Formats: sequence, structure tokens, C-alpha cells
Amino acid sequence: MEAHSSEIFIIGLTVFFLACIIGYYVVWAVTPALHSPLMAVTNAISSVIIVGAILAAGPIGYEIPKIFGIIGVTLASVNIFGGFIVTYRMLSMFKKKPKKQKNES
Amino acid sequence: MSPNLVAILYLISALLFIFALRGLSHPESARLGNIFGIIGMFIAIFTTLMFQSVLSYVEIGAAIFIGGTIGTFIALRIKMTALPQLVAAFHSLVGLAAVFVAAAAFYDPSSFNIGEFGLIGMTSLIEMSIGTFIGAVTFSGSVLAFGKLQGTISGKPIVFKFQHYFNALIFLLIIVLIIFFVLDQSSNIFWSIVAISILLGFLVVIPIGGADMPVVVSMLNSYSGWAACGIGFTLSNNLLIITGALVGASGAILSYIMSKAMNRSIFSVVLGGFGGEQTNETIKNNSDKIIKQGNAEDAAYILKNAESVIIVPGYGMAVAQAQHALREMGDILKKEGIQVRYAIHPVAGRMPGHMNVLLAEANVPYEEVFELEEINHDFPMTEVSFVIGANDVTNPAAKTDESSPIYGMPILDVERSQTVLFVKRSLATGYSGVDNELFYRDNTTMLFGDAKKMCEDIVKSLN
Repeated sequence: MEAHSSEIFIIGLTVFFLACIIGYYVVWAVTPALHSPLMAVTNAISSVIIVGAILAAGPIGYEIPKIFGIIGVTLASVNIFGGFIVTYRMLSMFKKKPKKQKNES
Repeated sequence: MSPNLVAILYLISALLFIFALRGLSHPESARLGNIFGIIGMFIAIFTTLMFQSVLSYVEIGAAIFIGGTIGTFIALRIKMTALPQLVAAFHSLVGLAAVFVAAAAFYDPSSFNIGEFGLIGMTSLIEMSIGTFIGAVTFSGSVLAFGKLQGTISGKPIVFKFQHYFNALIFLLIIVLIIFFVLDQSSNIFWSIVAISILLGFLVVIPIGGADMPVVVSMLNSYSGWAACGIGFTLSNNLLIITGALVGASGAILSYIMSKAMNRSIFSVVLGGFGGEQTNETIKNNSDKIIKQGNAEDAAYILKNAESVIIVPGYGMAVAQAQHALREMGDILKKEGIQVRYAIHPVAGRMPGHMNVLLAEANVPYEEVFELEEINHDFPMTEVSFVIGANDVTNPAAKTDESSPIYGMPILDVERSQTVLFVKRSLATGYSGVDNELFYRDNTTMLFGDAKKMCEDIVKSLN
């Protein structure tokens, strides 16, 4: 059991370091003008932690861990919807403007 | 769903997240990137719901609906000036969610295949406690950062004696608690770790002042990623590990860029104590120096007769909500055939890229907005620099005065343009508390007043 779990840990560690390196290169390529949307979207995707919350909320019944799971799902959902929508709002402001744009102001 | 299929779907979702970040390398590809992110998240949630152990669809559906509605509502209503607070608030939720997931894994390890209550493997326990620790620190740190940005809590840095030793002591205490937790798996110790980590989060952000907020927000961004990573290790879930690492790396790089833009090491920002409220003392020392003062008509005259203008907006512009009036001014100048560009310092605003968003919101085309390195060499060829709501980022003392606290900080070389127009409320110093010698130069004209009102008046005069 212990040997098995340490093997899984090593795989996780491998994935972790490779992902850090990908993250390093991908993030340096982000144009500074879009650093705010970058923060908002990383915020949204870090809520992928909802996966863990769903597993905790999965079983039937109302045990304490399940309540924790449901709270986790709710919190992460606020973030997922909020994060992606606010990113969308920001990015749609960065659209190429048509030449005649004066009519609204 | 077989474990292999699950692993493949999670992998696809992780790849989509990478593409989501990759898309942000250009404004045109960024929207597609965001859609990739949404699809990735959808796949992740859908896959997890298909697990055999997941049965309570009603409760989960209700939780997603409630959370989603709140999130949507907030995201649609938030003003772009309040973006940094919103991001801080969202970080706190990720941190808190991580704590709840870790707690659930602790009480019900069988749902996550990591053993039975009280009989969890050592590796899992360490991973779990680290995830909990980072999650709790992210939570309380972000709550405090939110308060400071929102203005609910004073932005003044709060420093006390032996602060760093005290924090270090608490950190050591947490490590000791984690060791005990791994040894006897007691729920009391688990909650002690949570409580003390929350305390540490507050203590870490308390000494950091308003002007350093861009660094703090980026740092908390990074922490929220590492928290997700910690949970990923606990659940042996590669998707969480990859995503957490991406977010963690992103936040870390942003913190690095921000502290570099202020010429401070990350450590000095984290240790805090810099960036207090404005002091008015330096002004008195300089009351004998001569300044040239102008009004909106003078400014309009100068701008109209220029061939090229660079506008340097700072946080003061955002506070005065002057971006729309400013853009209108820029439009009129452009119609006159004058080249109008915007120069943005990396720390203009309260979070990375904040100023770009505010200008984009005011319909300034992104092609006209330039970063410091892109535009700095153009100032000598520019007739007029129009500085609005910025101060420290233009201060030549950063290059010449070694005793200045901002010495070494990269600045926008507005001093090299033929004329500098400075829109400011008063002669007060910037966040750094340093006087700006540019105010007293021959080629500088000070335009005192509210940034928005000044822009509107200039527009009137131009017409």
C-alpha cells in the first residue's frame, strides 16, 4: 500500500514539474495588456478544484463530509461562472473597433 | 466510465486549460482561448459527475446553480475599476473551497480512494495538510487584500515589532502541527492547522501597503494555484495538479513582473511596510520652487499644435473615472491629424494589466496602447506628454537620485518630450512619498483639478 502510494506520488510530482514548465513558457508569452484577463481566467480554472468537491458531495445521505463537499461545489461554482464571465467581459472590450465608433458617446 | 477514459477526459480538459492561457498572447486569439477554458471546465465537471460514487445529482446541481447564479450576477455587475477587489474575493473562494475539500477528504477518505477515516496513508496526509495550509492562507490573505482594495480596511501598512519573527514562529508552529497531524490523524489538530493558517494569512498581508497591491493580488493568485495543486496531490488527480501548477506559475510570474516594475525584490514586498498613504510634508519643503500653472484652454492650445502626443494614464485617472473623457479628447486630437498614443507603466493600476482594461473599456483601440519598453524611446521625438493621474512612474529621481526610495524603478521618460502637461489634484507626492522634480521644470505645465473635469474642459476648448 505504502509503496503503491509513493509510486502515485512520484507520477504526480513528474506531472507537477512538467506542468510548471509549461506554465512558465505559456505565461511569459501572454501580452502584458492582457494580464488582468489572465488573472481572471486562471482564477476560473483554478476552481477545477470543484472536481474534488463533487466527489465529496457524491454519496447519498447528509454526513458532514458531504456538507463540506456541497459548500465546496457552491464556492467553486461562484468562481467558475464569475471568472469566465468577467474574463469574457474584459476580452470583448479588446475587440478591434470598427472605424466609426463615435455614435455611442 | 472506465478509469482510463476518465484519465483521457481529464487530460483533454487540462490541455484545453493550457490553450486557454496560450490564447492570451494576443487580444484576437484570447476570446477563443476563453471558450477553450469553458469547454475544459465543462468536460472536467461532466466527467466527475459520471463517477459511480457520485449519486446526489440534485444537491450538486442545486449547489452549482446557486453558486453559478451568484457568480454570474457579480461578474455582470462589477465595475472595471473594482476588478482587483473582485479578483481578490474570487481567490479567497478558491482557498476556502480547497480547505473544504481537504476537510471532506479527511473525514471521508473512502470517497477519494485514500483509505478509511483514521487510517489514511502518510503521503496523503502530508499532501492534505499542505493543501489545507495553503488554502487557508489564500483565503484569509485574500479577504484582507479585498478589504484593503475596497477601502473597508485602511490601505496603510500595519507593522509591529518582531513581526517577521512572529510570522516565522507561526509558520514553524504549523509545520509542527502537520507532523502531529500525520502521526495521530486527530481532527482537533486538523482544525488547528486551519485556524492558525488563517491567522498567518492575515499576518502576511497586514504589513503590505496600498501601492504594493498589484504584487499581493498576483501572489495570492499564485497561492490559489498551489492550493489546488495540493488538493490534486491528495486526490492523485493529474488534472488538478496540472491546473494548479499553471495557475501557480502564472501568479508567480506576475508577482515577479510587478515587483521588478517597482524595482523591489519579491521578498521586500512580502515583508511589507512600504507604500503608505500620501504625506504632505515634502510639499512644504518645495513651496519656494516655481511651478508653471495652466488651465484647460492653455492645454488645448498646446495639444492642438502638437504633431504627436503620448498620454500617460495612472491610477488617479481611474479613480476620477476620467477614461471616457480622456478617450474623447484623444479622438478629437486624432481627427486633427495628431498622432495619439498611450503609454502604460506595468504598475499603473491596482492589478497587472488593470489600466489596459480600463482604457479598452473606454473604447481606446489596443493598437494605440503601448507598454513601457515599446514606447519609452519615442518620448524624445514627442511634442507633448499628457500625464494624467500618474506620478511616481514618471519621476526622474528614479534614475538620478540614489537616495530616493524609488531609485532604480523603470520609469516612463516623459521628461524627454518637449512639453509635459501634468493633470493633478495638487502637488501632493505619489504613493512612495517622493516629490517629483518634473513639476518644477521649465517645460512642464501643471493642470490642477479633477482629472475628469479637466479632460472635459479640454474637450470643450478643443471644440
